[in-house]
Amino acid sequence: MAARVGVVMFPGTNCEHDVIQAIHRLGGEAELVWHGDSSVSDYDALILPGGFAHGDYLRPGAIARFSPVMEAVSKFAADGGPVVGICNGFQVLTEAGLLPGALQKNRGLRFLCTTVDVRVETDRSVLTSDVSPGTVLSIPINHFEGNFTCDAETLALLQRDDRVILRYVDNPNGSIDGIAGVCNEARNVVGLMPHPERASDPLTGSVDGAELLCSLLTSALTAARADVA
Amino acid sequence: MVGSQETFSVLVEVRLRPGIADPQGATIERALPALGLKGIAGVRAGKSFRFDIVADDEAAALAQGTVVAERVLANPVIEESSVTVTGKAVAG
Repeated sequence: MAARVGVVMFPGTNCEHDVIQAIHRLGGEAELVWHGDSSVSDYDALILPGGFAHGDYLRPGAIARFSPVMEAVSKFAADGGPVVGICNGFQVLTEAGLLPGALQKNRGLRFLCTTVDVRVETDRSVLTSDVSPGTVLSIPINHFEGNFTCDAETLALLQRDDRVILRYVDNPNGSIDGIAGVCNEARNVVGLMPHPERASDPLTGSVDGAELLCSLLTSALTAARADVA
Repeated sequence: MVGSQETFSVLVEVRLRPGIADPQGATIERALPALGLKGIAGVRAGKSFRFDIVADDEAAALAQGTVVAERVLANPVIEESSVTVTGKAVAG
């Protein structure tokens, strides 16, 4: 049985086909979900891919939170379904209140398009469940607003509860505590700035992102089974 | 005529919270000496929004404008906002 992944597309999303191709390559099923859709119940997991949802008008992710599909995404997440936001998808999840913190402009006011090393900090999330903590992965980043920030109280909570799932080895964008990815309290909603789908085929120079996406496919089936039982 | 409602003009200003790095403001500030200007510090970049609200009175317009500012226009994690009713919109 292959996990079925819904890839949520807003006007301005531009990484949806990269994600679908990566999921197919790793043995999962994937299809597009339009932002105007109101149901995501056909899927075992959801990915909000990168891009510029609604043109990034106002702030990245700020308008996407009002798209009809987001109510269904919130319910899917509340029911324990795995949800992963990549880059702009991470920004959408923070704006929608499904993840804490915010992504501000990179330190140095520079758009970053490069490959970075990130360290997996915990295997207790839907995106890192099959990866040993301490593993360093080489994955591309491609963002202007990737500088994760939150208040001191939230940061202490994220650290205490082991909710920082990825840290940059060399902080490229000024993110607080070097944070590249976080999860919610229930550990089924994850946001990260690096693009694992762009490191899932030898042609792209690294297959390290595949470890993360394979974890998600495993988590998707586990969550589905729990749901059915 | 719908009751005694009037149209109020509202101005919302949004800027990054103190302590949040403002690379735009810092970059602008660093550029100013090139004009020969001295003594300018604390530059903060932000956004402003203007819109009209139909409301019973100025206080109601301010209250609605504040909801728009705090729930949509600003992200409270990194931004703060101020709301001003600038006057009554010209009837038209």
